[in-house]
Amino acid sequence: MRKHKGVSYAKWGYIFILPFFVVYILFTLVPQLTTFYNAFFENYRSGLKQIGPNFVGLDNFVKLFTPDKSGNIGMLKYFGNTVILWVLGAVPQIVIALLLAVFFTSYRLNIKGQRFFKTVIYMPNLIMASAFSMLFFTLFSPVGPVNQVLLSSGLTEKAIDFLGIRISVRLLISLMNFLMWFGNTTILLMAGIQGIDQCMFEAAEIDGASSLQTFFRVTLPLLAPILVYTVITAMIGGLQMFDVPQVLTNGKGTPDRTSFTMVMYLNNYLGTSKNYGMAGAISVVLFIVSASLSLVVYRMLSKPYKN
Amino acid sequence: MKNAENTKGRIMLFASRFVVYTILIFLSVLCLFSFYMMIINASRSNAELQGGFTPWFSTHLWDNLQNAWNDASINIPRGMLNSFLIAAACAVLTTYFSALTAYGVHVYDFKLKKFAFYFIMAVMMIPPQVSAVGFIQLCYQFKLTNNYIPLIVPSIAAPVVFFYMKQYLESVLPMEIVEAARIDGSNEFSTFNRIVLPIMKPAIAVQMIFAFVSSWNNYFIPALLLDKADLKTVPIMIAQLRSADYSKFDMGKVYMFIFLAILPVLVVYIILSKSIIRGATAGAVKG
Repeated sequence: MRKHKGVSYAKWGYIFILPFFVVYILFTLVPQLTTFYNAFFENYRSGLKQIGPNFVGLDNFVKLFTPDKSGNIGMLKYFGNTVILWVLGAVPQIVIALLLAVFFTSYRLNIKGQRFFKTVIYMPNLIMASAFSMLFFTLFSPVGPVNQVLLSSGLTEKAIDFLGIRISVRLLISLMNFLMWFGNTTILLMAGIQGIDQCMFEAAEIDGASSLQTFFRVTLPLLAPILVYTVITAMIGGLQMFDVPQVLTNGKGTPDRTSFTMVMYLNNYLGTSKNYGMAGAISVVLFIVSASLSLVVYRMLSKPYKN
Repeated sequence: MKNAENTKGRIMLFASRFVVYTILIFLSVLCLFSFYMMIINASRSNAELQGGFTPWFSTHLWDNLQNAWNDASINIPRGMLNSFLIAAACAVLTTYFSALTAYGVHVYDFKLKKFAFYFIMAVMMIPPQVSAVGFIQLCYQFKLTNNYIPLIVPSIAAPVVFFYMKQYLESVLPMEIVEAARIDGSNEFSTFNRIVLPIMKPAIAVQMIFAFVSSWNNYFIPALLLDKADLKTVPIMIAQLRSADYSKFDMGKVYMFIFLAILPVLVVYIILSKSIIRGATAGAVKG
């Protein structure tokens, strides 16, 4: 006999979400906790010798923030690099994406060939970052086509070592990040603008608002929540910056580690030295930064919108 | 007077359209330029590449393809096969289990329902690299290095895909369908597999593509876990190419390697760009 009313299906809810949670706990939550745990231990390989694990309290964190022989604090330097590389790419990314989103959704401009443009600008987002970076390396290497053109046109007398100059390495990395993400952001923001009630724009037009006024007084405030989302995800994405600088500079962050990012730093300790203690400490810092960044930005940007 | 204003408006519109198209064309060229360079350089011999730059195709595409395909140190066909197997498995697992989890949270009432939902939302923002230390340690402990399990199984728990599926269910699944299936005596599991999954097909297809692409492109964790040559994936091989002494390399072959690395994704994108672009928005923005 089956009862149709009053049957509790609750157990099915648990059964259906079980695989997700088992896998999440096993492969993410537990590793997350052991990562934090590791931060308080000395645990690394030195040649063939395994040192530790010995409990060392906060020593790893102290070490992370202690200046080295040349007076650099590695942690702060690499965090600074990550921020600089992010800003150089993300600012144009968001500004251009916002512009394009307005162009594409403008009824007055009525842009033709939208599908083509969108297809082209979104494409780099799906391209393998390491391959894209390798491609830029070959194009900008001292014997690459960019230098060949510069040399043959007489613009330079000697090949420019783009990967040996701080500003050019940083600009190349930011350019790649920009190219990989501005199309994605454009499409997100477009959906956001299309989500705004059309009446708002009509009312603005009737009131005689110029395009600029409409943009700053109507579009931008109403787009704020999606813009917040975009900025937060871009920041968290920026914090994870790895593939592009790693491959472009062959893991070295040339010149003089000025393009060495936080995750490259983490990756370095996970390599042959298997320094789980220091890597754990870096992870704790990364976790705190990403968590607080998203909270601060969210609060800051969502306030004016709420009133 | 009115006429004059009208003409002025038209000129303004024409001018702004001109500026906008110029910007759009400039950005499109910027996006395509490096890939164009890649393809033409992949068609040129090493001697031609050393000899100087010409912006047009040459005749060595096939030679370079053969050289790259049969390279002794970088086994690109093997890498592509490895990457394909991992990415396909991830795409299937991540979409099926995300849909299952989303359905579980969407349809059933249970004590921990709210907790489950907010928990997944809260962890969505945490970067995966932050737990890498523990993850790598775990893999070494359980002898899972040089093994695809740690690259495939974790894709069962994908918070972002879960969120997309949950949104999709909210917009397309009427509870009446589920109840009708129950009255017909269908058990809950087969209701999901036979009735709900087909309804979710469009969402699953889009997320499968995204899951495939992100697994295909994934470099950080695989590079830390795979060091046997036979098991390496494409991104690891590309990075290996970078660390080799490139001056001794046949550059035509190098461009061909890069081309091969991105080719599968490029082909999928060219065929399915419309639904991919539509899918890119639907997940992230609440309607």
